[in-house]
Amino acid sequence: MQIYLDYNATAPPAPGVVEAVCRVLRDTPGNPSSIHAPGQQARAVLDDARRSVAELVGARASDLVLTGGGTEADNLAIRGAVEALDTSGRRHLITTTIEHEAVLATCAAMEARGWRVTRLPVDRSGIVAPADLDAALSENAGTGLVSVMHANNEVGTLQPIAELAALAHAHGAWFHTDAVQTVGKVPVSVGELGVDMLSLSGHKFGGPKGTGALWVRRGLKLLAQQTGGRQERSRRAGTENVAGLAGLGVAATHARAGLQEYATAVAARRDRLERGLLEGVPGTHVNGATESRVPNTSNISFDGVEAELLLIALDLEGIAVSTGSACSSGTLEPSHVLTAMGLPASRARTSLRFSMGADTTDADIDAVIGRIPTLVDKLRRLSQTAASVGGRPRVGVRPGVGGKR
Amino acid sequence: MTRVVVAMSGGVDSSVAAALMVEEGYDVVGLSMQLYDQRETEDGAPKFGSCCSLDDLHDAKRVARHLGFPHYIVNFEREFKATVVDNFVSEYSAGRTPIPCVHCNADLKFSTLAERAAGLDASVVATGHYARVVFDEEHRRYRLQRGLDPAKDQSYFLFTLTQDQLAHARFPVGHLNKTEVRAHAERLGLSVADKPDSHEICFVPDGNTARFVERHAPQAPARGEIVDAEGQVLGEHRGVHHFTVGQRKGLGLSTGSPLYVLKLEPVGERVVVGAREALGSHELTATGVNWISGQAPDGPMRVTARIRHRHQDAPATVVATGDGTAHLRFDDPQMAITPGQAVVFYDAADAANVMGGGWIDSR
Repeated sequence: MQIYLDYNATAPPAPGVVEAVCRVLRDTPGNPSSIHAPGQQARAVLDDARRSVAELVGARASDLVLTGGGTEADNLAIRGAVEALDTSGRRHLITTTIEHEAVLATCAAMEARGWRVTRLPVDRSGIVAPADLDAALSENAGTGLVSVMHANNEVGTLQPIAELAALAHAHGAWFHTDAVQTVGKVPVSVGELGVDMLSLSGHKFGGPKGTGALWVRRGLKLLAQQTGGRQERSRRAGTENVAGLAGLGVAATHARAGLQEYATAVAARRDRLERGLLEGVPGTHVNGATESRVPNTSNISFDGVEAELLLIALDLEGIAVSTGSACSSGTLEPSHVLTAMGLPASRARTSLRFSMGADTTDADIDAVIGRIPTLVDKLRRLSQTAASVGGRPRVGVRPGVGGKR
Repeated sequence: MTRVVVAMSGGVDSSVAAALMVEEGYDVVGLSMQLYDQRETEDGAPKFGSCCSLDDLHDAKRVARHLGFPHYIVNFEREFKATVVDNFVSEYSAGRTPIPCVHCNADLKFSTLAERAAGLDASVVATGHYARVVFDEEHRRYRLQRGLDPAKDQSYFLFTLTQDQLAHARFPVGHLNKTEVRAHAERLGLSVADKPDSHEICFVPDGNTARFVERHAPQAPARGEIVDAEGQVLGEHRGVHHFTVGQRKGLGLSTGSPLYVLKLEPVGERVVVGAREALGSHELTATGVNWISGQAPDGPMRVTARIRHRHQDAPATVVATGDGTAHLRFDDPQMAITPGQAVVFYDAADAANVMGGGWIDSR
């Protein structure tokens, strides 16, 4: 049995994607930059994919830069904007405390090159207050770029992008949004959001890993970060991943067709899982605003249970979930998102993220609702036993420096 | 199938231990403890140690994948700092020479990790230690024994194990010697078959324990006097944590004959040195004593005792003096009995059996 509830980490390939990738890899091996027929066939495949992705976000195809994923798109947006605005006198960047590491780390790198970075807080529900952005914009002499994610990957909360973008523009700043967790799940329109740049990632909605895009408003001068040839209108050099991007295009078409259904069906399952766990397990809490989030995500704390252990126990039974961002390697600090929301470390250590997709069935939800209460009960009883035995005998622990023995 | 957890360091011993449990038909789950932040760098060099680094964790995963059982990394950074690192730093600052491996075994592997194992329905934690547990039918209790390979025996580091912990521990390689273990690894095609053993303290990869202590206890006094047994000042030192009993190098003294550290006095920040002959001693007091049987013996007991890992255990008489303490007298004087180290007693009648052990107190 394998029940997969970690769609925010990645999604399985959408129908037709694998076939498209293989077909293009085999039958259309040309380089899209070549003038001859094989090259032009590859270019045609690329154009189709680009158009399909553009339609998914209500954009013009020629304004899309196809990249190797969401992280690359974020890097291009932030670094490209910073480089373009370096001599503008507006060397100030505003972002939030709940961004994905791809944005946070890149902003930190911009600090190292002399830009000031303001990180807006979020409230307990995980949402940025437009008033805070307004204050940050007003208090600083000039802001070059504002970057706020459309939806948070750990708790799923949606940010008021249109309002935030308007504020940024009122102060002459560019606005970028990392929409990696919304594109393919909810309707996304660059026009309605009013942003200047938008990042998306293919594998989050069933495309191949290693594909993504950055939409850039026409006229915005962005400096390429991967330099070389003139692909992607000189904004991202390198021979394109034609086969992979073909898969991205198929996934985008599929996602767009299913958006309406996704919103209702997936949300219903997420809500049923959430209700089932909150009602079936005492001491559970949902983290993040429930009325303003993507339809597929539920972040829940289980009092008195090490989330890491519960995750392992679930995996041993074939149920795949997450403790938050999948991206940390080498360290496990409490989630910076939950911390930013004002939740104590103990809450962060006991939280699991359930994120489902179009393929998640009612039977899957039932199985999880059926299993978790017993597991949680067992883990709670075990840790109570350990605690009541008075903890372990501390072997040879001594008084501190200079203390009497 | 009975489920067991194997604590995997990524080294060949714990990898083979896991393999042997699989071959015995157990439902194995491999757990590797992440003990320190792998990202932090000090002086540009990675902070992680010589064991349980990211590469080691990956080695463990690879072995698990090869042998076909699930493997997870559990984050024990907080617990490691609280039970192993903090103790290490405070002991050195107090003029004692600690053994962090004992605390890691006592407080992490056979405690916290065992609790995690119970949460996963595993009643046993197996490790790659060279030691043995046997059940004594006659006395209805567990015995802890040395590993069969005298060069690799790690029973010294396991003296704190209680009957309950022993009941839930397995040491699959304890009855093998190192050559046999590597042969198993070759036979199984394990990627770690040729991996060298780690010898340093795992979280101090460059061996510079003094600098580690200073980094973590910057408030520790940094200056003091080196004196002889009569109290005459011979020189200066930069903190007692730089020294251990029996040490000859690093004193910075130029005298006729070689001088050795006899004693550390952290309260006065003094290092007492003397001739080699003065290093010998018959007696020690041990605190925090654990008796493997679960009961302190009545009256004096003949044992052979070891005062450090690399020490040939020597005949002695030990008396439990109440409240977790014991007094031990060696037949012959032993060199450099070091406060903070462990004294481990082996059965005089059967040298394989560990009777117990404790922490050598400052005299």
